[in-house]
Amino acid sequence: MAYLNLSKIFIFDPLSIFFLAVIVIVSLPSAVYSIGYLRGETTVRKTFLAWILLAFFIVSMGLVVSVRNIFLFLVAWEIMSLVSYFLVIFDTKSEKSIQAGTIYIIMTHIGTAFLVAAFMMMYKCAHSFDFMVVKNACLSMPTHERSIIFTFLLIGFGTKAGIVPLHIWLPYAHPQAPSHISSIMSGVMIKTAVYGMIRFIIYILGPGDRWWGISILAFAVITCLVGVIYALMERDIKKLLAYSSVENMGIILLGVGLSIYFLSVNIPYLAVFSMVAGLYHLINHAIFKALLFLCAGSVYKATGTRNIEKLGGLIKKMPQTAVYFLIGAMAISALPLLNGFVSEWLTLQAFFMGVVNASGASRIFLIVCAGALALTLGLASACFVRAFGITFLAKGRTHHSLNAKEVSLSMRSGMFFLSGLCIIFGLGAAYIIKILASVAGEAAGINISAMKFSLNNFALTLQPGRGVYLSTPILAGVLAILAITAFATYKMIGRGRRVVYNTWDCGYYKLDSRNEYTATAFSKPFRIVFSFFLLPFRKTQKIRDSFYHVKSFNYETRTTKIFIKYVYEPALSLIIRLAKFMRKIQPGSIHLYLSYIFAALLLLIFFVNKF
Amino acid sequence: MTKLIIAQLILFIVISPAISGLITKVKNNIRMRKGQSILQPYYNLMKLFLKGEVVSETASWIFRVTPFVVLSSTLAAALLIPVFILPASAKYLGDLLAMVFIFSLGRFFMALSGLDTGSSFGGMGSSREMFISSLVEPVVCMAALSISLQFGSTSTSAFSGMHTVSVGAIIAAASLYLVALAETSRIPIDNQETHLELTMIHEAMALEYSGKSLALIELASYIKQMIWFFLIAAIIFPINAPAHGGLAQTILWLSWYVGRIIIIAVTVALIEVLVAKMRLFRVADYLGFAFVLAIISTIFAILGV
Repeated sequence: MAYLNLSKIFIFDPLSIFFLAVIVIVSLPSAVYSIGYLRGETTVRKTFLAWILLAFFIVSMGLVVSVRNIFLFLVAWEIMSLVSYFLVIFDTKSEKSIQAGTIYIIMTHIGTAFLVAAFMMMYKCAHSFDFMVVKNACLSMPTHERSIIFTFLLIGFGTKAGIVPLHIWLPYAHPQAPSHISSIMSGVMIKTAVYGMIRFIIYILGPGDRWWGISILAFAVITCLVGVIYALMERDIKKLLAYSSVENMGIILLGVGLSIYFLSVNIPYLAVFSMVAGLYHLINHAIFKALLFLCAGSVYKATGTRNIEKLGGLIKKMPQTAVYFLIGAMAISALPLLNGFVSEWLTLQAFFMGVVNASGASRIFLIVCAGALALTLGLASACFVRAFGITFLAKGRTHHSLNAKEVSLSMRSGMFFLSGLCIIFGLGAAYIIKILASVAGEAAGINISAMKFSLNNFALTLQPGRGVYLSTPILAGVLAILAITAFATYKMIGRGRRVVYNTWDCGYYKLDSRNEYTATAFSKPFRIVFSFFLLPFRKTQKIRDSFYHVKSFNYETRTTKIFIKYVYEPALSLIIRLAKFMRKIQPGSIHLYLSYIFAALLLLIFFVNKF
Repeated sequence: MTKLIIAQLILFIVISPAISGLITKVKNNIRMRKGQSILQPYYNLMKLFLKGEVVSETASWIFRVTPFVVLSSTLAAALLIPVFILPASAKYLGDLLAMVFIFSLGRFFMALSGLDTGSSFGGMGSSREMFISSLVEPVVCMAALSISLQFGSTSTSAFSGMHTVSVGAIIAAASLYLVALAETSRIPIDNQETHLELTMIHEAMALEYSGKSLALIELASYIKQMIWFFLIAAIIFPINAPAHGGLAQTILWLSWYVGRIIIIAVTVALIEVLVAKMRLFRVADYLGFAFVLAIISTIFAILGV
């Protein structure tokens, strides 16, 4: 009966409970949303299948974050990957889904392979799969072995987290799944990788070398920037959100990486503080990215397209979805009072305090990371002005958006719940930070009772009396009072005559939706400035019906995905060439195969005798 | 406390248009013109407030709420600076980094309303504004961190305690100055005086606004300009409040307090006259230079120079 002892199977410490909470918070509204979303999409049997897969998916994620045994963790991890693979290829008729699924399953198994290697090294040292035993065994492990395990874990979990350059599966797989699944995948599934990092690197391996944290930070910074630049270029709204997930995973890893760095240089207060920042951004991203994916799903459901160039004017057709999307976009752009603002402010503060407290050249490195984070925030804001503005504002560009209707109640209620959470997590920051501090303290094994963690009275006291404060409720009050006063002044002073008329058209005949700024045009300045990275390609072709008259233009523009082109494609062709070469030893002759077996047998006998 | 807050708000609202008027006046005088009165911005605001309004039929509620969001966020940013408000109270609202975020709230809505009317000018303006602001943000953050390093805190109240000038602070102020030119749509980046579609950025976003809404947006940009000048002045020309001086000392202090902002305004006017406007894509180089300055200032700050 010892095997059925639940306390040996499950670990319910604050870290696990926190992640379970994240899973529940995102899965519940997504499940409610799917009632309306799946209606009319597929057959009854397939809808039933979708529910079963969803249940399996949620349970497997719950197991990943709550088992206390490496072996069970791996099993749960694998179930989660497989179920999500089935969900990615849910739309089996689509060629794209199959392709996305293939890329996903290959990448995720490369990651799992590294995890298995790391876990085997842990087992070899501890002779047990139990977290506690492994944790104690890891303390006495030689440094180089710990570093190897760290590297393997980083690659393994990094693949799931979508850090650049292991991110390529994410923008294919996430958009291809049904929207409520996309929201769970982007909102929660990739966060299990962060759970893995905190659990295995911080909790089990403990403080390591200084380069651990620095390497995570370096990868995280690149991930942020690459993710947001690609997101800015994207015209498919769900792909845009997937790239933005890459970016936000970078921001979360900045917090976690900083925490690992501070642990290695032994500044426990900042280690806890930056992990709080990371965890806060983690739950925030889970909330607003799930919300945005649900909104994108509603747009897709109502219009039948995901291409934002074909949309526009939806704020009048789908007023509620527009408000929810706006809240999500504001939160992800870190605008004040919503949740993203607090967590990104905390991350910047963590960097700042790191610069104040760290020593040597790493201070310069940290400040450059902070600058890169600020650039990411600016670009993310531009990205979501574009996403919201082109999709929802101005006039509809094609029949897709002109015939759109507001989505059903179950879909709206899912979005309503999540956008409410965006506001609550912004205004209630002081309470949430206290909870997160206990989670982070427990995970890092640091006693936090002496540290002050509340947004209203956490004083970053390096010199007494010069604390830094941020109070979102007061700020909200101030903004509200100012806006109301401005509105009252506006109403009272002057004449209130208001005429509704055409948009100014320079005396031109009549403006229509073709005169509107497009998403491609909006991102053009960015495409030019980042051309060294995006390698944009443009082709214009005149189609003439006679020498004098140009009938139409063909215009084509696209950017080059350099990681796919210069890393993955060469690697793939190398593998294929190797495989072709290896085919020579497989001519299909039974005599040859028998001799292979014989040779293998001889080799094994020799091997066994020798060692 | 409430009185001080209201006093500070009124100070920013009342004084800020005059700074813009002053810049225009100086520019005109350098060009050997008589120029409009310094009070012209007030007349403009009054005129706009008395006029009716034309709203595009394409516009949604985003277009209508934007003036209030822009004005209230700018005023909230003005409250973060300790002028009348005691440093001890100002810091509770937020810090320098929070100020960057608060500005981006107004900008976000401004850019959306540019897209909202469906004219290509508006879209062009929003695209360019977001492009420039996304490059501005890292510079501001770096410069803010660099200045804060000397105090060990990013609180704006640190400014009131600033007594000495360091090399790092001056370089940080220089990078903030470059940013301020971009943020207040001044010449090497943008031009407030023209409505030429090829060059306008901020004006393009506000193109569809008229009447009272336009007045609110213009007032917000005056206030924003004053906040920037104030920050830069506080770094370059630190000043101590008179501890227990008489009337003469207080007047001297007050005139220097205002005078330093006028100095900044005059240099901005000089730059506007002397420098040509930049192509849009050169702005990336310009702000890249500001970013490098900010990094250098951080290094100086770390070294403690």
